[in-house]
Amino acid sequence: MTFSVRKMMLAAAAGAAVAGAFAAPAMAQRDPAYAAAREAGRVGERVDGYLGIVGQATPELQRLVDDINIKRRAVYARKAQANNATIEEYALTAGCQAIARTVPGEKYQAPDGTWMTRTSAPPVRDPRCP
Amino acid sequence: MMPMKLTGPAADATADPVTGRKRQAAMAGRWKSRMAGMAALIGAGVLTGCINVNAPDKPIVIELNINIRQEVIYRLAEDAADTIEENADIF
Repeated sequence: MTFSVRKMMLAAAAGAAVAGAFAAPAMAQRDPAYAAAREAGRVGERVDGYLGIVGQATPELQRLVDDINIKRRAVYARKAQANNATIEEYALTAGCQAIARTVPGEKYQAPDGTWMTRTSAPPVRDPRCP
Repeated sequence: MMPMKLTGPAADATADPVTGRKRQAAMAGRWKSRMAGMAALIGAGVLTGCINVNAPDKPIVIELNINIRQEVIYRLAEDAADTIEENADIF
């Protein structure tokens, strides 16, 4: 009796661990709509650390971008406070990094505000970027 | 003793030097203001003659992040990179 209970508990724990292992990468991945918009160049990385719409905005694209930017701002606020920085400072730094991480074909904003398509060459970034 | 006492009050009673001084001051003030007016006119003439203001042919871009210093960005860079990796779903 006690043996079977222990076995069941072990099985449940293992099951939870497996579920957790599967859930974690799923959480960390981009939403398919966001990934598609990024790949199509309909959204791009702005200089200020937020996502921007390239070209014509549609209601669903606006909603997607707003949703991500609200989430980003929440993360920036938390991290800025932890690092004794302002949200703008942290966001700009993240923008430097996010633009550096774009892959060829994706859009990013140059320091002059124009949208650029990332090539294999390094992106045009703010001179203050590390 | 007595004449000395009399000349003292007599000099005090006449207020002419005081009024004279006042009138002089008023005249000096008026002259000064006139000169200032002339100087302003000359100055305006010089300004209109020298300065040309042209409308910019490109839109003026206001850089809101201009006050953020590079050292701050360098300090935050590593942490920001970690943040992007930790929140890969929104970056």
